[in-house]
Amino acid sequence: MAAFLIRRLLQLILVMFVISAVVFLIFFHTPGIDPTRQIAGRNPSAAAVKEIRHQFGLDRPLPVQYVLMMKKIFITRDLVSYSNQGQKIVPEIAQAAPATLSLVIGGAVIWVVMSIAMGMLAAVYKGTLIDPLLMILALIGISMPVFWVGEVANLVTQSRWHDTFLFHWVPPLGYTPFTQSPLTWFEGLVIPWITLSILYTGFYARVLRANLIEIQSEDYIRTARAKGLSERRVLLRHTLRTSMITFISLFGLDFGALVAGSALVTEVVFGIHGVGYLAWQSFGNLDLPTIMATVVYGSFFIVAANAIVDVAYAWLDPRIRPA
Amino acid sequence: MAEVAALEHVEPASPGGPEVAGRSPWALAGRRLLRNRFAIGGLILLLVIIAISFAAPLYADHVAHTNPFENNLNGHTIVNGKRVALMQQGGGILHLGETPLGPTWDVHHYFLGADQNGRDVASRVLYGGRSSLEVGIGSALICCIIATVLALLAGFNGGLIDVVLSRLMDVIWAFPVILLAICVATVLLNAPDGVGVGPVRITATSLWLPTLIIAFIYLPYVYRPVRGQVLSVSEKEFVEAAIAQGASGSRLLFSEVLPNVITVVIVLFPLMIATTILTEATLSFLSIGVQPPNASWGTVISDGQQLLYTRPWVAIAPGILIVLTVLALNLLGDGVRDALDPRARLRIEG
Repeated sequence: MAAFLIRRLLQLILVMFVISAVVFLIFFHTPGIDPTRQIAGRNPSAAAVKEIRHQFGLDRPLPVQYVLMMKKIFITRDLVSYSNQGQKIVPEIAQAAPATLSLVIGGAVIWVVMSIAMGMLAAVYKGTLIDPLLMILALIGISMPVFWVGEVANLVTQSRWHDTFLFHWVPPLGYTPFTQSPLTWFEGLVIPWITLSILYTGFYARVLRANLIEIQSEDYIRTARAKGLSERRVLLRHTLRTSMITFISLFGLDFGALVAGSALVTEVVFGIHGVGYLAWQSFGNLDLPTIMATVVYGSFFIVAANAIVDVAYAWLDPRIRPA
Repeated sequence: MAEVAALEHVEPASPGGPEVAGRSPWALAGRRLLRNRFAIGGLILLLVIIAISFAAPLYADHVAHTNPFENNLNGHTIVNGKRVALMQQGGGILHLGETPLGPTWDVHHYFLGADQNGRDVASRVLYGGRSSLEVGIGSALICCIIATVLALLAGFNGGLIDVVLSRLMDVIWAFPVILLAICVATVLLNAPDGVGVGPVRITATSLWLPTLIIAFIYLPYVYRPVRGQVLSVSEKEFVEAAIAQGASGSRLLFSEVLPNVITVVIVLFPLMIATTILTEATLSFLSIGVQPPNASWGTVISDGQQLLYTRPWVAIAPGILIVLTVLALNLLGDGVRDALDPRARLRIEG
């Protein structure tokens, strides 16, 4: 296990280096595009251009430029936005992080529970009407753009049915920190959580159902039945337990890569001022330092989250450790 | 749905069964696909959506008689025989400001109403569908072709080419997809006179920009399964037999390896289009995809966000078309996978 941990850590560092280097190259060395003008925004003054060239060390050799930029993002954390009166970006990201984490973690809890329930029901009731109905629902779920689901949800819960008993509890759009009012925090996040989780519920339910059905034809399931175990016990202790291995590995593989875009648009639609919302605000005026910093921090968080899932997976399933 | 469930567990074409003897694997797969009612339903739905989207100029010019790309704030139209202003005073939540005309449900006169610039939403949704489908299908096609060529090069030659290409793909793979697209899109959109290599120039408003960006970010998602298949096919006995017969490298590649690899690409293709259409919609919604004057389903939804509570159809209509298109592609994709049955799996991006 120690060897696995060390190897996974080295891999994590390598991936982070690659991501930061590629982001750096995209922003500063895309052929034919002048990075100073990009960072300074539209129609910069000559003085501003000179200032930026000095600040980012763009006259220095390439590796030095890279190190300088990483220093600005991670060590001195004094990268400033050029469209927002020189506001420091990194403290802003730190301030926005709790909102994003609340959204993503809550959404993940919902889609794990819902997809296990849906996948299991569909597999158990295979051959009845329940299975195809659930699978059509899952298919529609993976076919809907997350931001559109969010808008329809807003239309229903904030406007059309807001005054009925169904949705009168939904607070206005926005994010309330947990420390300020746990109840409003929760109420404000319920609809965004459901919106974010619909896509993944459908996706994981489909995979889990296929996996459960595959496992049901294994010899050890027949043996378990032959021993006289109840169907419930066979399902929970033998079938579902084995499928969890696939489920968790899929979670590690997809979680980060998939969730970034959905979390971003969910924040935008529901006015949750998280890291994605911060990035989105800077798309409009193409504020590149902010976009760069949010992308680097966002990717690092995702890569780290994936590594944690991998370690948990290795801990659960000893077979993958020596791989 | 019962058919889908049943077909998911169809045995691979049993060789030498009395009924199927003498048919090529392609004919068998085609028959299986045709028998899958959901896949065919998806295909028909998809073709209908493509047809009406590409008829957008016909609709705008000959049915609705509007130009959906020009502001028309002072325009009028006819509703129930009466002349009505496109922008109505005081229709907002607080009865302040201007609200565009709502849906008239009359195909000749602002069927879905107007947007905040007085443009015909129905025509914009159709034109938007054309852009979305062009970007979605185009990027999936480019992505599949380039990834397949690279995977064949890498898997078939091995050695240094394989190492270099596979590491490059690992770099793209390491990124959360949408963040990579955001990086590339913001940098390229910021270039004042477009980007280009040599004589080819792409301006920031061109549809080629989102098409190429989306094709690029999904390269490893096609490259990896195809390269894996190339490696496994290259070790099969029939390839050894061809080598023993003295087949040339190109003959091995095109007659032995490629036909056995192409099924993986065919299975991935519809699912890839579903993914690229959703990605385009997301980027356009965030204002870093399709740029004005072009419209796409994503940009129309983004326009509709400000009108959500007063004129919800601006945002709802394009969304319904996205859902139907992607659903059709997923049904078709599942059907094609079941018909060809290679063990391909694609990560789906929302």
